[in-house]
Amino acid sequence: MQEAPSRRAPLPDVSAAEPPVLAAEGLRKAYGDVVAVDGISFRVARGEIVGLLGPNGAGKTTTINMVLGVLAPDAGRIRVEGLDLATHRSAALGRMNFAAVYSPLPGNLTVSQNLRILGLIYGVPKLGERIETLLGQYDLLRFRNVKSGVLSSGEQTRLSLAKAVLNHPHLLLLDEPTASLDPAAARDMRARIRGFAAQETSGMLWTSHNMSEVVEVCDRVLFLSRGRILLEGDPRTLPGEHGKANLEELFITVAREPLSLAEEWEP
Amino acid sequence: MSLRRMAAIVLRHFYLIRGSLSRVFPLFVWVGIDMVLWGFISRYLAAAGAFRFSLVTTLLGAVLLWDFEARVMQGVTMAFFEDVWSRNFLNVFASPLRLSEYLGGLVLSSIATSAVGLAVMLLVAVAAFGLAFPVAGLLLAGFFLVLFLFGIALGIAGSAVVLRLGPAAEWFIWPIPAVLAPFACVFYPLATLPGWMRPVARLLPPSYVFEGMRAVVAGGAASGAMLLAGTLIAVVYILLACWIFASVHRYAVRTGLIARYAAESVS
Repeated sequence: MQEAPSRRAPLPDVSAAEPPVLAAEGLRKAYGDVVAVDGISFRVARGEIVGLLGPNGAGKTTTINMVLGVLAPDAGRIRVEGLDLATHRSAALGRMNFAAVYSPLPGNLTVSQNLRILGLIYGVPKLGERIETLLGQYDLLRFRNVKSGVLSSGEQTRLSLAKAVLNHPHLLLLDEPTASLDPAAARDMRARIRGFAAQETSGMLWTSHNMSEVVEVCDRVLFLSRGRILLEGDPRTLPGEHGKANLEELFITVAREPLSLAEEWEP
Repeated sequence: MSLRRMAAIVLRHFYLIRGSLSRVFPLFVWVGIDMVLWGFISRYLAAAGAFRFSLVTTLLGAVLLWDFEARVMQGVTMAFFEDVWSRNFLNVFASPLRLSEYLGGLVLSSIATSAVGLAVMLLVAVAAFGLAFPVAGLLLAGFFLVLFLFGIALGIAGSAVVLRLGPAAEWFIWPIPAVLAPFACVFYPLATLPGWMRPVARLLPPSYVFEGMRAVVAGGAASGAMLLAGTLIAVVYILLACWIFASVHRYAVRTGLIARYAAESVS
């Protein structure tokens, strides 16, 4: 297998004076007796793509939902470019955007109608021009007047991504953005997202179960297990540090034997 | 509050109505049929007996006012249900849109749709059956205002119920006008009601409107104080409904209901 090149050169210094695009501190969420997220803290710097990895039920989507403001943490704080999400919700959410397979745009509206409505909600300047640009960038020009619900999975994913970058977000949350795509479409999509990240220097939080994709795209990964961050590091070097051949092997170990890794790694 | 974001909600509803005959027809068809049906009933009853007052005004006018109130309520709930049916909550609530702006957008959508219904009702009632309201100007505007405000309150409260209980709970919402009608004294004076129903009727703003309308039809004068009381009670209901919606929204964010909301019933 060909070694994936590092996405781009040097990572931003998260300790610099400029606040990180995302700072989560001590996030905790429990549903009754089940603790979904257990006091995790992490940061995403401008221009950095952070992979949020872990087996099903590890707490990834719960974390994303808390960052999106649709799930209130029991404890902890989320700041977007220094803005506390709890007290500056509208301003903080205006600086981010997201795409997730479980949140399609309304299928009874056309592609351009969906983008126009969300553009108004996000206060996108020169909205008409922006929509035209995105329709071109995401190969959606011919679907402009097509209802979103009749698009194929790949086309809907392109639309979701166009929506996600509509407001030039400083923080982009992508929950399994390529899950429903064939390999060629997924590669194309990764290239588009990388292009956006490089152009806009946005921070990204990316969840995926495709480990080769993570290696290709992410600068840093956080392995979640049972609501806690078990491992953190460069996806290209992390497996070797734990005696694994690749990220997929490391993922399987995290899923099956998280305690063995927890003992050897202290954050 | 951002008018632009409220306009986005109205625009979304406009796009949906414009593109769908099944959404256009209910705006005026049922209320038009109601006018025709009650217009003939009024004519028949008027011909069958001698009445000291105009039956067309009493019956048809009452139906028109009550239908208007129901249309206002449905205008709010239908705009809300569009988000329920298209599983759009994540796109709506994980955006800079404030709750007040969202509710404001629903109310503006309702103003637009109920105005269409009202125009059709007036056209049919006046042109085909010679309906002439015995009041005009500020007093008539006051009657409509009270019903409008109460319809908005019912719509917001009904939307809160569906947000809390899930999409299947919409069947609790549709019959609300029918359930309230006996207490609202649409067709008969408040004095007709048994003792236990009267306090309930006095808590409903429409009862003040219909009592006032009947007083005028009988040759008296509508009480400005009663109209004011009806308006104030309706405003209290709107505030209460907004508080209920905000409380349910907080609950939904605390429990993850919004994140999990789907087109199925949510328990």
